[in-house]
Amino acid sequence: MTIAQLGKVAEAEGIPAYGARQIGDWLYRKNAGTFAAMSNLPKAVRESLAARYAIDLQPPVKATASADGTRKYLFGAEKGGFVEAAWIPEARRSTLCLSVQVGCKMGCLFCMTGKQGFQGQLSSGEILNQYQSLPERDTVTNIVYMGMGEPLDNLANVLDSLEILCADYGFGLSPTRITVSTVGLVPAMRTFLERTRCHLAVSLHTPFEEERRRLMPVENVYPLKEVLAELRRSAIHGQRRVSFEYILFDRLNDTPRHARELSRILNGIRCRVNLIAFHPIPGTPLAPSPREAMVQFEAHLREHGIMTTIRHSRGQDISAACGMLSTRELVRMKEEGDR
Amino acid sequence: MYIGRVQVAGPEKLTETRVIANHEIAPGIFMLSFPREFDFIPGQSVWLTVDAAVPPRLYSIASGSGDPRVEILYDLVPEGLLTPRLAGLRQGQTLMVSSAFGPFRDEEGPSCWVAAGTGAAPFASMVRSGLSREKTLIHGSRTIAGLLNRRLFADALGERYTACCSREAAAGVFHGRPTEWLTLQRLPLASRYLLCGGSRMVVDCRDIIIAKGVPFENVIGEIYF
Repeated sequence: MTIAQLGKVAEAEGIPAYGARQIGDWLYRKNAGTFAAMSNLPKAVRESLAARYAIDLQPPVKATASADGTRKYLFGAEKGGFVEAAWIPEARRSTLCLSVQVGCKMGCLFCMTGKQGFQGQLSSGEILNQYQSLPERDTVTNIVYMGMGEPLDNLANVLDSLEILCADYGFGLSPTRITVSTVGLVPAMRTFLERTRCHLAVSLHTPFEEERRRLMPVENVYPLKEVLAELRRSAIHGQRRVSFEYILFDRLNDTPRHARELSRILNGIRCRVNLIAFHPIPGTPLAPSPREAMVQFEAHLREHGIMTTIRHSRGQDISAACGMLSTRELVRMKEEGDR
Repeated sequence: MYIGRVQVAGPEKLTETRVIANHEIAPGIFMLSFPREFDFIPGQSVWLTVDAAVPPRLYSIASGSGDPRVEILYDLVPEGLLTPRLAGLRQGQTLMVSSAFGPFRDEEGPSCWVAAGTGAAPFASMVRSGLSREKTLIHGSRTIAGLLNRRLFADALGERYTACCSREAAAGVFHGRPTEWLTLQRLPLASRYLLCGGSRMVVDCRDIIIAKGVPFENVIGEIYF
């Protein structure tokens, strides 16, 4: 619950407005597991809260560990199905990758989550549960909304979760430690940029409209040129960062022609480009780019003044590409049900 | 002729128009019409809402590019913000609508269209605009009544029209989903494939078509997000 929602709870309980902040403090900073533990609230209020609400953290139902240290967790969703969260430790930080939807509507050709179809939105509580219930929670330095689902297609719940993560009544994380990814839903992206100070990552994957339509059906609705125009209009300043995610596919989007066009269309946008090695998914017509092509692509962009990084693949041995673990779990459950 | 002026409109560029008609044409499925005050290319969509307080949504145009009115099809989503309001609109009431938008369109030459539910709308528009030669349509619905514009497609496409119904059986209708029909067929590898409907249908059909050897570059999906 956000502070506004907690305020309504406090009002309904007949306690002063600062009671909302007290409850938030217990829930998010002191990690109280019961209302009885909220010792600075009147006993009658604690009992009334316990009768009306539940503090109900859901632990992961499954965990897998990669040889590289990445751990992937599967959480059950309230309305059925599963979502994934990945904890990715590195030398100087550890990153939690969160999911926001069960399945996804966007249907990107290279994504496993889309093959599940869309099954439902996660509430802000379910989004935050992936952080609160993470065994490694105390080590998390960065959070990325890059797991299952399109964050800006679940805008209200994502904004509520970001508020709670960043607020001083909440977890008190810096917004500069949080990145939200999107395929480029323009109106929601505008709202996100206006209402938060978190970083934004845009899934780009090819600078050419016709190619992007075939990889990402959302191009039919929000063409990349409109996404970039919106970013140029928006004030991207201070510590806020915009990055573009670019999965490299062999001979599809990794050519010098693509690198030239990408540098041209990003001209004037203060940004960085993350080049990502493709994790092949079952039945895909796409193949990962060879390492040499990735290095050449990176070099071209850097020569044109674009800060570019080749992202290391993590957790390939545990189906870390988003959607793979939960899809396997759904298939397993269906097979068990069929027997 | 189905060539018109390409326009790009965002949801923020809406103008007022008046409802001509708004009927439930099958259980839970409505057809809404309003005067055509812009040109469009069959396959394109419009942003539409009832007033500024409700975020607009995108709907494919189902009418022909030369028709005097624009028709759109929509499913009533009882818990939705917009469609319960849309369903309550009567003739003469105000509607907010954008100009036509989007690159989902076809051209002369062989194409295979796959649609489910209201995803038939862009293909109805193409047929009504004279684009039906060498076109094949695989048309899915859970119910027979939900096979929207079935007569139009059957008349224009003849044997190149396949109706699929997953929950009801009827003469001349394949009993199953478009995915099941596609799985059973040998598909022309050089055709274009245009898919329109919900994400699950589009993704599943796309996977089957690609698995049968059609280059993914030949497959375009329009997903109703």
